[in-house]
Amino acid sequence: MHGDNTTDYLLFLADSSLIMGQRLSEWTGHGPMLEQDIAITNISLDTIGQARYFYQLAAKRQNEKAGGSEVTEDTLAYLRDAHQYRNLLLTELPNGDWGQTILKIYFYANWQKLIYGKLIYTSDKDIAAIADKALKEVQYHVNWSSDWVKRLGDGTAESHERMERALEYLWPYTGEMFMETDYESPQFERDKDFSLDTIRKEWTEEVYHTLQEATLTLPQADTFMHKGGKKGVHTEYLGYILAEMQFLQRAYPGCEW
Amino acid sequence: MEQPLWEVFIRSRQGLDHKHVGSLHAADAKMAIESARDVYTRRMEGVSIWVVESKHIHASNPEEAGSFFDPAEDKIYRHPTFYKLPDEVEYM
Repeated sequence: MHGDNTTDYLLFLADSSLIMGQRLSEWTGHGPMLEQDIAITNISLDTIGQARYFYQLAAKRQNEKAGGSEVTEDTLAYLRDAHQYRNLLLTELPNGDWGQTILKIYFYANWQKLIYGKLIYTSDKDIAAIADKALKEVQYHVNWSSDWVKRLGDGTAESHERMERALEYLWPYTGEMFMETDYESPQFERDKDFSLDTIRKEWTEEVYHTLQEATLTLPQADTFMHKGGKKGVHTEYLGYILAEMQFLQRAYPGCEW
Repeated sequence: MEQPLWEVFIRSRQGLDHKHVGSLHAADAKMAIESARDVYTRRMEGVSIWVVESKHIHASNPEEAGSFFDPAEDKIYRHPTFYKLPDEVEYM
């Protein structure tokens, strides 16, 4: 009933959220102030939670297809190598300073909001249910991060300068969110009008609006964009993230605590 | 980052009143409410949040606690325990 496309798509969503959450967790204990430290840790936990739901569903379907039970959320997260990960390149980029991290969250959460907002209508009930739950979380991430983008962009000379730098660095990694792969389009079969191109337009409109309020330079939409993450071709950063994240399970297979 | 202090009040799901739960630092009211959400409602503690800048709260003087509160000590007649309730009145 569910072809490989679904599993690939689930892994793409799961991997993106997991790597996002793993990256954000690096801030835990290092936030600029206690309150924001907790806020970003909450967001990290939200995205890891989303990843878990998608992994669990992917594991269930892989097992159903193979008639086994050896695939679990843990084997998917801990025992796949970088080239098998399908996460967006954006999510694996270094956190940089607070402003760069905030802008990365804003770009990603905005995209999630639009994608999940469509997925709640998909005929695949399991995916729709996860999207419905996640949508509330990412709506908050959007609000929280857009406030920060405006606060820092329209803040001091230094915060503005740092946001401009972050924007210049991150922008070329946003295009990949809207480059369609073969496993994506079948998920939206019900929505005749759906295309990543319309998502891109909605996303860009909203982002431009926020950047404008933040008094930041609007980047060119049709500039060069990096790609590859969705197909397993990653930056050098992912290997290091996985090395740290997967160490325990690789060194002590099946270890629990 | 030096930011003003805010007092946080949360109304729980069952509660009718907002109760003081703690304080936090934030640049403005919106940020204070968001931070309160992140810091104080992570375990479903509440459904409504109030914040007020701590500097707007005026407190009674601890040194006057004696003259403020002690006089109420021996006024037991202020407690409604001396009335005879008719038997027909239930659930009091």
